[in-house]
Amino acid sequence: MSNGDNSKIKILVGKPGLDGHDVGAKVVVRALMDAGFEVIYTGLRKTPSEIAQQALDEDVDVIGLSSLAGSHLLFCQKLKGLIDQYGLKEKLWLIGGCVPKKDHAELKKIGLDGIFPNGSKLEDIVEFIEANAQVKEVA
Amino acid sequence: MDGSSSDPKKVFNESGIEIKPLYGPEDVEESGGIEFIGEPGEYPFTRGIHKEMYRKRPWTMRQYSGFGNPIDTNQRFKFLIENGNTGLNVAFDLPTQTGLDTDNVLAEGEVGRVGMAVDSLRDFEIAFDGIDLEKITVSLTINGSAAILIAMYLAMAEKRGYDIAKLRGTAQNDILKEFIGRGTWIFPVDASVKLVGDTIEYCAEHAPKYSPVSVCGYHIRESGCNPVEEMAYAFCIAKAYAHEVMKRGLDVDEFAGRLSYNINSFGNIFEQVAKYRAGRSLWAKIVKEDLKAKDPKSMWLRMIAGGGGGGLTFEQPEMNIVRGAYYALISALAGTQTMALCSFDEAYTIPTEYSARISLRTMQMLTHEMGLCETVDPMAGSYYMETLTNQMRSKMEEVMADVDEEGGIKEMVRDGRIQAKVSKQAYDMQRNIDSGAFPKVGVNCFRIDEEEEREVEFHDYDTKDADLQVESLKKVRASRDQAAVDKCLAQLKADAEADKNVMPAIVEAVKAYATVGEMTDTMVEIYGRYEEPIVF
Repeated sequence: MSNGDNSKIKILVGKPGLDGHDVGAKVVVRALMDAGFEVIYTGLRKTPSEIAQQALDEDVDVIGLSSLAGSHLLFCQKLKGLIDQYGLKEKLWLIGGCVPKKDHAELKKIGLDGIFPNGSKLEDIVEFIEANAQVKEVA
Repeated sequence: MDGSSSDPKKVFNESGIEIKPLYGPEDVEESGGIEFIGEPGEYPFTRGIHKEMYRKRPWTMRQYSGFGNPIDTNQRFKFLIENGNTGLNVAFDLPTQTGLDTDNVLAEGEVGRVGMAVDSLRDFEIAFDGIDLEKITVSLTINGSAAILIAMYLAMAEKRGYDIAKLRGTAQNDILKEFIGRGTWIFPVDASVKLVGDTIEYCAEHAPKYSPVSVCGYHIRESGCNPVEEMAYAFCIAKAYAHEVMKRGLDVDEFAGRLSYNINSFGNIFEQVAKYRAGRSLWAKIVKEDLKAKDPKSMWLRMIAGGGGGGLTFEQPEMNIVRGAYYALISALAGTQTMALCSFDEAYTIPTEYSARISLRTMQMLTHEMGLCETVDPMAGSYYMETLTNQMRSKMEEVMADVDEEGGIKEMVRDGRIQAKVSKQAYDMQRNIDSGAFPKVGVNCFRIDEEEEREVEFHDYDTKDADLQVESLKKVRASRDQAAVDKCLAQLKADAEADKNVMPAIVEAVKAYATVGEMTDTMVEIYGRYEEPIVF
């Protein structure tokens, strides 16, 4: 739980693959920033390894992906391997964009914690992260 | 909704103009009078670029299509033509759009997914096989790799025996808007604009009927800006390309008549129609007064307009058929030359045959049943329409002056200022939709239970198509004259390095069956790659 202090939660918003639709990703970035989270946006055209590496380097608590060109399943399968390899399994993992219902079960199986298809409300995304992100204990 | 007023009784359109309950002649007078209305076919073209408009010829119907490999796409093209499409609007997959060959590791899972995969001239030969390029005008929706694909189109047509000096067609080739929205950039900003200049210069000399650029307000609007800004930014971008070409010594009348526009029709019907009418006269004024054109054809705002995907919704997707019909009506009332409608399932997937045909039929109802082709500019003379047209034009001029003051559109794109501004607007709009302040039927009002919501039928993505494309690329590589390809690529590199127009070298490389990826990589060696500024 976030204990109400969102500034302790660090989120990576990534744009996987060649898809150039970034309106939604940038809107979500702004919404998360306004909600007080620390947010890093990767920019367009990132590979699974670039996203996993950045998540590791930045020590984020949440990995959010935005995909609108249909290649979400393949990308998430590839990222899954890297997430396991880099020890990022405990991170909250979300996806948004053009993600049809028929793929939701498969995405959950891969390990996605939250799916926010187009039409999702910004506050629902914020609330989901507040309720589910694991904040690191500062030693 | 501008939201700038605290008085709840006041009503504003999206561009921030206050809308009165009633308009009269005094409003037209106050907003600038009737000076700009003029006659259709005459400067400043508010009422249309042609005297008789649709009375003489209805708009071209050009649905966006293309998927899988060139064989699949050729079949879809033929289906659309059989159903009454009078032009083709070609969709390319993301590897093609970003300059990658099908067998590049970064292309995995994306080959043929959102459009047709193209690696070499061979693919164009297959895709356009059996299509009469004089009867059907072809528009290529390509930007980052546009120089290569334009060269391919010209080479394919020439090989089939067409005289390219007479060949018509369009390429999107508006790279500045790709940096703002859509995102299929490859090279840095300056090199990208230089390449656009190369294509305009080359076409002016060799293919003077071909429209090498379609400046897109469309995608900037999709990215969040309002209708006034959509036009204003598009004009700033078009001016940037014009300056790029004019500094090389070309006269404006040698190319301006072949510049065209792609504009978005969603939102308030009256605001939209006024936007087009205002935009037409403002562009005419810019070309005449700023760019010093003498030929009236140079001053024409020729355009493709149609249904904006941004207005469509995931919720209650079949309602998008109705929205599409209104967007088509807007575009017809606005006097567009070409129309393409986003299909009702476009928020989910690329169109199926079924949904593409519905879009076509929507347009055909307007041309055949509903009298939209019978008289020119039917909205003219309405106090409201003429007032709004004047007001929209003034606002567009204000926005353009602001861009100039901030250092110009190229600078604002380069450092990400315009991207940040537009994405902030998208955020504000989303919050207004979430809160219900901006009504959207089926989304924040008149909703239905989730159980009742219909999932649309998806266009199937078949990985076999991608495998076939990889095989086909291998065959091309094995059968071509490799020494000739190497020589052409070396020439391309030398011309890029010497800052020459690279189009002649690209055309030669294309004819030798060099691939999109090979040519792109060669140019990246000289020009480098764009690095996206992350600005919020």
